[in-house]
Amino acid sequence: MMGSMEERTMKRVLITGGSQGLGLSLARSFGKREAKVVVVARDAERLEASVRGLRKEGLDVQGIAFDVGSKEDIHRIAAMAEELAGPIDTLVHNASTLGPLPMPELSSLSCEAFQAVLETNLLGPFRLTKALLGSMALRPESSPTVLFVSSDAATSAYPGWGAYGVSKAAADHLMRSFAAEVPEVRFLSVDPGEMDTAMHRDAIPDADPATLARPDAVAEAIVGQVLPKAATGSRRLALGDA
Amino acid sequence: MSPATGPRAEGAPGPRILGVPGYEERAFEEFLRPGDLLVVNDAATLPASLFARFRGARLELRFVSPPEGRTARVLLFGAGDYHTRTEDRPAPPVLRPGDRLELRTSMARVTHVDPQFLRLLTVELDAPALQVAYAEGHPVQYAYIERPLDLWDVQTPLAGRPWAVEAPSASYMTSLPALRRLRAQGVSIATLTHAAGLSSTGDARLDAALPLAERYELPLATVAAVNLARTEGRRIVALGTTVARALEGNALRGGGQLEAGRFETDLRLGAASPLRVVSAIYTGVHEEGVSHFGLLEAFRPAGDLRHALEESERRGFLTHEFGDGWFVEAAAREVLPA
Repeated sequence: MMGSMEERTMKRVLITGGSQGLGLSLARSFGKREAKVVVVARDAERLEASVRGLRKEGLDVQGIAFDVGSKEDIHRIAAMAEELAGPIDTLVHNASTLGPLPMPELSSLSCEAFQAVLETNLLGPFRLTKALLGSMALRPESSPTVLFVSSDAATSAYPGWGAYGVSKAAADHLMRSFAAEVPEVRFLSVDPGEMDTAMHRDAIPDADPATLARPDAVAEAIVGQVLPKAATGSRRLALGDA
Repeated sequence: MSPATGPRAEGAPGPRILGVPGYEERAFEEFLRPGDLLVVNDAATLPASLFARFRGARLELRFVSPPEGRTARVLLFGAGDYHTRTEDRPAPPVLRPGDRLELRTSMARVTHVDPQFLRLLTVELDAPALQVAYAEGHPVQYAYIERPLDLWDVQTPLAGRPWAVEAPSASYMTSLPALRRLRAQGVSIATLTHAAGLSSTGDARLDAALPLAERYELPLATVAAVNLARTEGRRIVALGTTVARALEGNALRGGGQLEAGRFETDLRLGAASPLRVVSAIYTGVHEEGVSHFGLLEAFRPAGDLRHALEESERRGFLTHEFGDGWFVEAAAREVLPA
């Protein structure tokens, strides 16, 4: 049986892609539950502004500017996060890239662009999980959890979403594979649904925002409903599946 | 014996391990038995070597301990880099408080010069020193390593907080699957974080003073696990000398009792040291005469260790951090009430 929110620690949280959108909202949701949160993002200026905002809300959030898609940055991210927050018990792979915009069909996508999407959305999470896994597995009492933010595009194929969809489907399976191998740590993925975020505007500029979920509400559902209950190896919907 | 000249290749077998005494080779897991408590060091290794310029000269700084904020304790090396053996490096200039070294992304102002070892400095950087290290530093490495090490080469499978300036290399002997199999067989695992320091400076007088005081953190859960094992008379096995120093250093300060928390230890284990906690140790193979050999004399008489060296040589064992290892059982143990 999985423990309740109170039993799970979620005290030291690392979130990638945390300067805007769902990542920023997740930082707020964890922060409101008194976690020490470290967010990593590429854009140092935007990251600093976002972190300043969360700290003004009284939350214990710190930012580190690195690129999850860069192999050289992985141990920097892991080490700085462990130094700033202490041993990480919750790792959230939220950073991702859509690739070139507007999103081309696979027939027009360069191999290099496809590779870049995989670096950020698949290999980055693999490397960062690996870098933190030993320390997490040594602390079963902290209920260590690795959460992959997935997408509807991982299970359904849409024109233009090829590289992104493949990366998310593979990341889901990476999650399941880790879960099959490493029982000391819980691995989950969650499909947040369609949200009113910059990424969604990049992908579908003419979507009606009124039809989209608010990232704050999705983050609350993930941290408050999904995370306390979900079993390792499972893929969940953020809304309507809790 | 020859040194291992670099990280193990992908898919290559892990380190070979010789039991002392017994002098037979076994797999990592085969030295342990149900009931044993294995204590590991989960420190990650920071890029602790930084190049600096001072009045036109190119020098090297090596952090001797994890920095605190903008302050770092460093050891200064003269011109050159790891390709030259540390003992053959030219001496660095003698610096004074107030001198400023130019790093790539920061200045380093000397705030203190050790009166005994003039190469040992405290410096103040313009930014958090750990951040500067991760921006421009390289792993500390020695002349017997054939290629420049990447940061991932010096991380053990258990790495967490970046406290070590050289890898706590005994952890290369293990892996998550190995620890899982051990747990399933009734071996318990506990962790601590110990800031493994520099193993060599090239200065005989300073080398003789190593290891310098090192920071460690002992979690409550580990104190509880060790106390339970002591009460029940089960073996407590250290994965690496850093673990032994942390546990024995902690017991020494508490008069035999362990206390959870963050401390420093300057304990130098040797032939005369009683072992209050640790019953056996996994460790790398090192030649006689280095401080590491002295530490192992706390576990076995020098004759046993010399025999182990001969046996290791005969078997073609490799030395140093990427090399092979020993499992050394303590000859006698001071039993104190837990």
